[in-house]
Amino acid sequence: MNDYENAIEINGVTKKYDGFTLDNISFDVPKGCIMGFIGQNGAGKTTTIRSLLHITDINSGEIRLLGLDHIKDETAIKKRIAVVFDELPFHDVFNAKDMAKIFEGMYPEWDNAAYMQYIERFQLPLKKKIGQFSKGMKMKLQIACALSHNAELLVMDEATTGLDPVVRDEILHIFMEYLQNGERSILMSSHITSDLEKIADMVTFIDKGKILLTGYKDEIIEQHGILKCDQEKLQDIDSEDIVSIRTNNFGAEVMVNDHENASYKYSDCVIDPASLDDIMLYYVHRDTKEWS
Amino acid sequence: MNINISNSSGEPIYLQIANQIKTMILEGKLKEGEALPSMRILATELRISFMTTKRAYEELERDGFIESYTGKGSFVKAQNLELYREEQIKRIEALLMEASDTAQKAGVTMEELHELLDLVNGGE
Repeated sequence: MNDYENAIEINGVTKKYDGFTLDNISFDVPKGCIMGFIGQNGAGKTTTIRSLLHITDINSGEIRLLGLDHIKDETAIKKRIAVVFDELPFHDVFNAKDMAKIFEGMYPEWDNAAYMQYIERFQLPLKKKIGQFSKGMKMKLQIACALSHNAELLVMDEATTGLDPVVRDEILHIFMEYLQNGERSILMSSHITSDLEKIADMVTFIDKGKILLTGYKDEIIEQHGILKCDQEKLQDIDSEDIVSIRTNNFGAEVMVNDHENASYKYSDCVIDPASLDDIMLYYVHRDTKEWS
Repeated sequence: MNINISNSSGEPIYLQIANQIKTMILEGKLKEGEALPSMRILATELRISFMTTKRAYEELERDGFIESYTGKGSFVKAQNLELYREEQIKRIEALLMEASDTAQKAGVTMEELHELLDLVNGGE
């Protein structure tokens, strides 16, 4: 048993770049959870991940991983977490066998048998240079490495982007197997929300360096809805119930922030369930209110 | 044990799971004391969030269909089928009342109503 409650705690973190600010963000990833981290390209997903891995320094705020301080205890933390990037960070001339040797030296809990099992399961060649690997193979190799040293936390930045649906599905299944004992956690950033729609326990939405929403996925999805109505009816809808409104020449689609309440209040309107994509889209336009 | 999830039914996934397990218990396909699959395994197999299966099991527990013990798992509870039957009969009564009301308003006779019931039952 690991004696922390949250695998990741991000508290009021600000990071200023020229032209971009990660603005006072906070969210937690409870132990045992798959957290989906959703945002447009450039919204601040990678900056957040780089900050928590201490690849970049933050201006203010606090980050704790596995209950430890992300700077002071960096060395201890790095042995117990695994990171997967969208590009393979290994040199082209190595093969899968070399990777095992390199990782064995880096991680005290490296499990060669587990690694070989993943290699076999992914049908990866052991001696082929990874420079000749396809994109899918490279990602599988990274994931095999990440899962073979008993990491308690997997941090993945767009890891499933660019993979075909068959491979993505296989990998998602493997992640869920990895979390089976309830002691391991995953933070997974993606702009492909269909993956997260399936397996994520929680989701966090980020836009322009700010956190829009964070919480249990099912609750967020159930809370929101898309109400269909005509321009006239639109006047009757209280602005406090509205996230934003998408208008067209034939009517309007309104995202409501309390599906149940809205279905009583506006019982003459149809309200469709919202997907994670819809929620992202309507929240991104929350400042303009009406868009098309 | 068979569980099918529809993404287009509009019914939340946790309710779909809970309802299907309820049906299996009431039909006797899952017997008293029988162990249910662990929430993690069910989530992994169905490729859905662990929170969703957790919620489904909580729903079943609240409605008295299963019992969960930390570290051991979840098991089918003894069901009071008599009570369930009574509840269902009450529900059917209410539905029939509505049908008979509507029939009266529309001038449909009791005989015609009986015929209709036979018809929807697929019998003569």
